[in-house]
Amino acid sequence: MTITQAAPGAVPATKPRSLLLRGLDVFVENKLAIVGLIVLVLIVCFSFFGPMLYHTNQINTDLAIENQPPAAGHPLGTDPSGYDILGRLMIAGQTSLEIGFAAAVMATCIGTLWGAVAGYFGGIVDTVMMRVVDAMLSIPTLFLALVAVAMFPRTKLTLILVIAVTSWLTTSRLIRGEALSLRIRDYVQAMRVMGGGGGRAVFRHIAPNAVGTIVVNATFQVADAILTVVALSYLGLGISPPGTDWGGMLNAGVQNIYNNYWWQVYPAGLAIIFVVISINFIGDALRDAFEVRLQQR
Amino acid sequence: MTAFLIRRLLQAIVVLLLVTVITFILLRAIPGNVAIAILGPAAYRNPQAIAQFNAQYGFNKPWYSQYLLWLGHLLQGNLGYSWNLNQSVASLLGSHLPKTIALVGISTAIAIAVAIPVGLWQAVKRNTIIDYAFTSFSFLFYAAPSFFIGTVLILVFADKLQWFAAEAPQGNLWNDLTDWHAMTLPVLTLTLVTLALFSRYMRSAVLDNITEDFVRTARAKGVPRRRILFRHVLRNSLIPIATLVGLSLPGIMSGALITESVFNYQGMGYLFFQQANKQDYPTLLGIVVVVAVATIIGSLIADVLYAILDPRVRYVSA
Repeated sequence: MTITQAAPGAVPATKPRSLLLRGLDVFVENKLAIVGLIVLVLIVCFSFFGPMLYHTNQINTDLAIENQPPAAGHPLGTDPSGYDILGRLMIAGQTSLEIGFAAAVMATCIGTLWGAVAGYFGGIVDTVMMRVVDAMLSIPTLFLALVAVAMFPRTKLTLILVIAVTSWLTTSRLIRGEALSLRIRDYVQAMRVMGGGGGRAVFRHIAPNAVGTIVVNATFQVADAILTVVALSYLGLGISPPGTDWGGMLNAGVQNIYNNYWWQVYPAGLAIIFVVISINFIGDALRDAFEVRLQQR
Repeated sequence: MTAFLIRRLLQAIVVLLLVTVITFILLRAIPGNVAIAILGPAAYRNPQAIAQFNAQYGFNKPWYSQYLLWLGHLLQGNLGYSWNLNQSVASLLGSHLPKTIALVGISTAIAIAVAIPVGLWQAVKRNTIIDYAFTSFSFLFYAAPSFFIGTVLILVFADKLQWFAAEAPQGNLWNDLTDWHAMTLPVLTLTLVTLALFSRYMRSAVLDNITEDFVRTARAKGVPRRRILFRHVLRNSLIPIATLVGLSLPGIMSGALITESVFNYQGMGYLFFQQANKQDYPTLLGIVVVVAVATIIGSLIADVLYAILDPRVRYVSA
């Protein structure tokens, strides 16, 4: 048995691969994440490009064809207002996805800023800022959002704002923890002793280490934001008709729940489940990809 | 330990005060005029009546003195009066709160009772077909909105099979607890949502503990496998679950609000949803305060339990 061992201090023959590529390798290894990514892309294409191929009237109601079961003209049937459900699923998907993604990005920005400031300054600033987070966390998100949504006319923009303002709390806690621990790490201190500046500390050491937390958290935020927006529209507080989203479609379907009009319930519900599960799979794989220990060098 | 308790208690009081401030400001920011909402649109032609109403209920004062007035009443146990429902908030909570406690309590208890053995079993059988089956099951219910689960349960068990009623019991608390024909579906809905979360946590808590040094030591000593699992791994895995239950109360309450709306169950979440659009500030404030108190006490108990259960945690120095 021979053991080959590189001489100490030997320079690797090839240039080390970049952080991004090594992370990508770990991500690609995760089969579930690839499936999730494909499903998510398919649903995004379905929602945004579908209406170009499948033309339906989603503006005017047509009570002559209300509540029809799936048939040749309407593959998924019609809803209580006579809208074609397949076509409605597409425009509803646009709303849910747009609001979900935008709210998640905004919530992540607010949370990152809040957490980084609290963690960086520490002391009384940290205490005050984190107690505010504690207080808001002890009010259920949906209760906060219900009150906040009553303040504005219900458009996409206001829903994005309301969801972002009520869901940045966990992000800020994570980033604060990250900032607190990164600030005093040995390698950051060592770099400072060797004469590295604050900029180098932030960009070479702190940011690459926190970026994983930020990206992974943002991914899960998208899933949560979609669930919040569908919950609000299910309660009748979504965007105003004729616009709708998947929660609004379920709301319409529930009106006829006693008639067993199952085709008004399952499509939107399954769409939500597929999107949320896919995003969770992607988030899990991203977490692994940012975990340096799992990366092959 | 005493120092930790006092510090933690003070912190809880500060957080509670902040909750009341935030909610108060948020509710006052809603556009609209309470006087108009209560007296009706005809009051626009009668500014005198509006002025009289505002003076009577203190709406002519600046918001901070209104807040202090409300806080003073709260400290005396007076939660205010709902003009909309013409009833004191305390009596409203008296009729709605027990129903929510029953719904949330029963479904959380069932979820915990199922999640612990399932999570343990999954961790022991990790990466087998059983583990994968339960993982996909919990992913499914984690991703499904509670109103969708509720709706599907109604479609299947109430419409198709006709085993249970589609609507929750409408009577008093005793009625709820005895009428399982109507109570099963709401409880099942909330249980499934909570169960998905708890069993995922339990699985990872057990997996964390299985690789600990004390397990290896016990195994090396020749302790039987079953005894290691129940005496060492299970007991240590319950600690994070205790914390999780305390922290997930707001999430469960959001789920309860939806579940109560789906099944028309006259609990606190349903009341909140009904009054949110009607500018019924005293009722909304009262409910938020009750939920926040429950959450803060819950996480306080969880933290104290953590310190008692886990001797590795030394809070005294913190």
